[in-house]
Amino acid sequence: MKLRQIQTRFMLHLDPVLLAALGAFMFISLVLLYSASDGNWMRVLGQLGNILVAFIAMWLVANMPLHWLMRSAVPIYVFGMLLLVAVALFGEISHGARRWLNIGVATIQPSELMKIAVPLMMAWYFEKNEATLKLRNYFVATILLLLPLILIVRQPDLGTTILIWASGFYVLFLAGLSWRVMIGLTLAAVASAPFLWSMLHDYQRHRILMLLDPSQDALGKGYHTIQGMIAVGSGGILGKGYMNGTQTHLDFLPERTTDFIFAVWSEEFGLIGSILLLGLYVVVIGRGFIITANASTYFTRLMAGSITLTFFTYAFVNMGMVSGILPVVGVPLPLISYGGTSLLTLMLGFGMLMSIHTHKKLVKT
Amino acid sequence: MNRYIELKNHQREIYYFRLRLVLSLGFVAVMLLILLVRFFYLQVIRYDYFHTMAESNRIYVVPIVPNRGLIMDRNGVVMARNYSGYTLEIAPAKVTDMDALIAELSGLVEITPKDIKRFKKLLTERQALETMPIRSQLSDEEVARVSAQRFRFPGVEIKARLFREYPFTDVTSHLIGYVGRINQNDIDQLEEIDLASNYLGSDYIGKTGVEQKDEKELHGNTGFEQVEVDAGGRAVRVLTRTAPQSGNNLMLTLDAKLQEVAEEAFGDYRGALVALDPTNGEVLAFVSKPGYDPGLFIDGIDTETWEELNGSLDTPLNNRALRGQYPPGSTIKPFMALAGLFYDTRSPARTISDPGYFMLPGSRHQYRDWKSGGHGAVDLYKSIVVSCDTYYYGLATEMGIDNMHNYLERFGFGQKTGLDMEGESSGLLPSPEWKTKRYNQIWYPGDTVSAGIGQGYNLVTPVQLAFATAVLANDGVGFRPHLVKEMRRANGEAVLTETKQLFDMQINPAHLKLVKSAMEAVTKPGGTAVVAGYGAPYRLAGKTGTAQVIAMKQGEKYDAKKVSEYNRDHAWFIAFAPADKPRIALAVLAENGGHGGSTAAPIARKVLDYYLLGKLPVPLQAVQEKAGAESD
Repeated sequence: MKLRQIQTRFMLHLDPVLLAALGAFMFISLVLLYSASDGNWMRVLGQLGNILVAFIAMWLVANMPLHWLMRSAVPIYVFGMLLLVAVALFGEISHGARRWLNIGVATIQPSELMKIAVPLMMAWYFEKNEATLKLRNYFVATILLLLPLILIVRQPDLGTTILIWASGFYVLFLAGLSWRVMIGLTLAAVASAPFLWSMLHDYQRHRILMLLDPSQDALGKGYHTIQGMIAVGSGGILGKGYMNGTQTHLDFLPERTTDFIFAVWSEEFGLIGSILLLGLYVVVIGRGFIITANASTYFTRLMAGSITLTFFTYAFVNMGMVSGILPVVGVPLPLISYGGTSLLTLMLGFGMLMSIHTHKKLVKT
Repeated sequence: MNRYIELKNHQREIYYFRLRLVLSLGFVAVMLLILLVRFFYLQVIRYDYFHTMAESNRIYVVPIVPNRGLIMDRNGVVMARNYSGYTLEIAPAKVTDMDALIAELSGLVEITPKDIKRFKKLLTERQALETMPIRSQLSDEEVARVSAQRFRFPGVEIKARLFREYPFTDVTSHLIGYVGRINQNDIDQLEEIDLASNYLGSDYIGKTGVEQKDEKELHGNTGFEQVEVDAGGRAVRVLTRTAPQSGNNLMLTLDAKLQEVAEEAFGDYRGALVALDPTNGEVLAFVSKPGYDPGLFIDGIDTETWEELNGSLDTPLNNRALRGQYPPGSTIKPFMALAGLFYDTRSPARTISDPGYFMLPGSRHQYRDWKSGGHGAVDLYKSIVVSCDTYYYGLATEMGIDNMHNYLERFGFGQKTGLDMEGESSGLLPSPEWKTKRYNQIWYPGDTVSAGIGQGYNLVTPVQLAFATAVLANDGVGFRPHLVKEMRRANGEAVLTETKQLFDMQINPAHLKLVKSAMEAVTKPGGTAVVAGYGAPYRLAGKTGTAQVIAMKQGEKYDAKKVSEYNRDHAWFIAFAPADKPRIALAVLAENGGHGGSTAAPIARKVLDYYLLGKLPVPLQAVQEKAGAESD
């Protein structure tokens, strides 16, 4: 009886559908990592540790009442901005980018925090001004989005910039930004492109051209794309079998435990595997849509919608990049790629989704 | 009433929200469908193609290293070139017993203990995955012998590579610098500037001198081949080939012959010489003596030789011309004289009486002139000709340190000249602010007195002093000193370096004329550098100087026989010629050379003669001995 109570208390704010799907992802992640790292147990155990930490974080957030989430929006955003400024001033450089901050015990990447903080802050702002929403409010919200983006794009970190931009745009879109403004801004952006182009340094132009045409850089990122496509395509319908991918195990596939892990999956499990994984993403995204549609307040609707759509973007950009329809921008495959930071951010987001879904009934009369 | 209208209708609100959510859902569905179609395309429709690519053939991307650009002097004499040769290399990752392997290889080719030492040092520095050279420049016979026995030695390879060679060895070592093997530090830096992929096949990168500064121009663009390789690792065919682009050839402003003459003129002296074309800033000669053999560094230097070079009292690795900082001594006087005229502290006609020393008002400390008994009545002209210290003690005190600092700063003292080489020292032009900041002490009047004759805190580099001399020679118009005259691309197109005028000091022509004529008199009978001017068929202006060596540097070994020599004064000489229309300006420093007039000036004379007349002066021995006693 007592055990049962503890169980109920523990499970009270966890959404069973999401939980099952996330569990399946974690299982796939560990199995795939073992193959991608050529049977390196240390990597697998390391990722298992990351998963445990991320699950605990998700559970904690899921148990937070919604007004806590609301109240935390401004402090988290301000804190994140301060960290970003600190990175710009004293950040550590690694692989040519200034993204990390050494805080003594560990190095952290503040731009990851902003993936949560930016939509949270924008949703909070819309909630505060819900009753009297005007065009001016959308403008202010856009500023809230652009401030961190300017700092992050300078680091430079294109992948994170795209994801944060997307998360903020989804909030604006769901908050009802008028079609006329969106179309107008799009046209303005297209029109100002030649001007922006003329402002860029030669090396920046070179980078953009390289993104658009990877064969320009066949020794660098173009090589990644080519090898990724060969891996996916040669997987066929049924795949080459677990631990049997030649691209993976003969060292042709770069970054195969992180950004290109989807190529390992597709090579070894084929089209069947690709569809299976795509299906699993559909389950999570679909559940996110249901939670969003049923969310009770303006704030929770915007937040849930943004988390769900950003998660979709994450997965789409990575799979698109590996299969060669998008340029290589450095976005990991969500919930599968090796690495703790992005996993933690994602699971915090799912914690919020669960909190939104399970606290709703308690908040409503 | 308005207020009620502004409040939103919640039902409608939720309707709109759901509408947008449905639109998003549609967007997501379409995008996922695109992915699905893409997977189907890759994994079903194009399966055969990719299957073939992955299974039966594999594509390797092989980088093709570009030829490094040549470095030539202004007349096309090659100072850094490439040659191809074979090296014997070992991949440490594939070797279990390295010592045994080396012992066996020694039976086939000659491997000296030095080679082994250098190789062992490489092992500690680099990643085990790459191959490392143990012997370079194998003869054809050696190549044949190793090739025949290769099956016995897994992990041993013979590689054909392009090597760098410096025909002038130690004569240009401090100028041209050298390339060396790329290390982790270089890779990190390349990644930072996004060039790492351009160095995928490269072994070497510029480490010092022009080789380092113009690395970007010299390296070229790496080409690549996509090669089909069968399961056995043999190349089947080349799919695509992007040709490498050779590095640009550099034509320097330097005159190699002049450089050799200058280097030889030093004889056994250590020191530095920088010669500039005052009308455009071109560096004509750039000597730091002693030099070293840059070839030693290319494939990693062995510890023993390195310690020998690094520990030597003669510090051959120190680029004296660029980084050596010495008190300018009396070479500062022409500049001080111009400052005195500019601030009207001294008129040309004003004469002081030199008793052989100077005393600050209210003090009894005597600042001595180099000539005991003094020079008698001295005006500005004579003060330069005989290098009168007392005149400048007084001038500095009356002018004040602030004026002095501000005026000398305009000649570039205390700042880097901006020469296109890494690691230039900035020298030191002292000021009260500097002293407070550096030592937290106030500026004493006595500091000004010694600063007036270029001693005290003053420090200059040979490059800096040559630049200031060139500015003076060119009537106050300064050009940025530069080493690269033009860049020649592989397609023959030449890009000239633009000469850049830095400033025009607008010096009063009457002042210039006076100071320049005094500097001309310096090289004539009665002047401190009569040796330099003797029999010169062109008009030569100069100034001698002596820099006191106060103490031995830290960390040097005590060597009884050498200490006295290393504590001797440094000799300076600055000069430009022809005095009326200068084509060359230079600064010479002979370390521990004693008096500028007797050691540094003759070196300058040889360089000037060679540059202006194309030949060396007749032996100056006799004059030198006669004049030796009478100079500063």
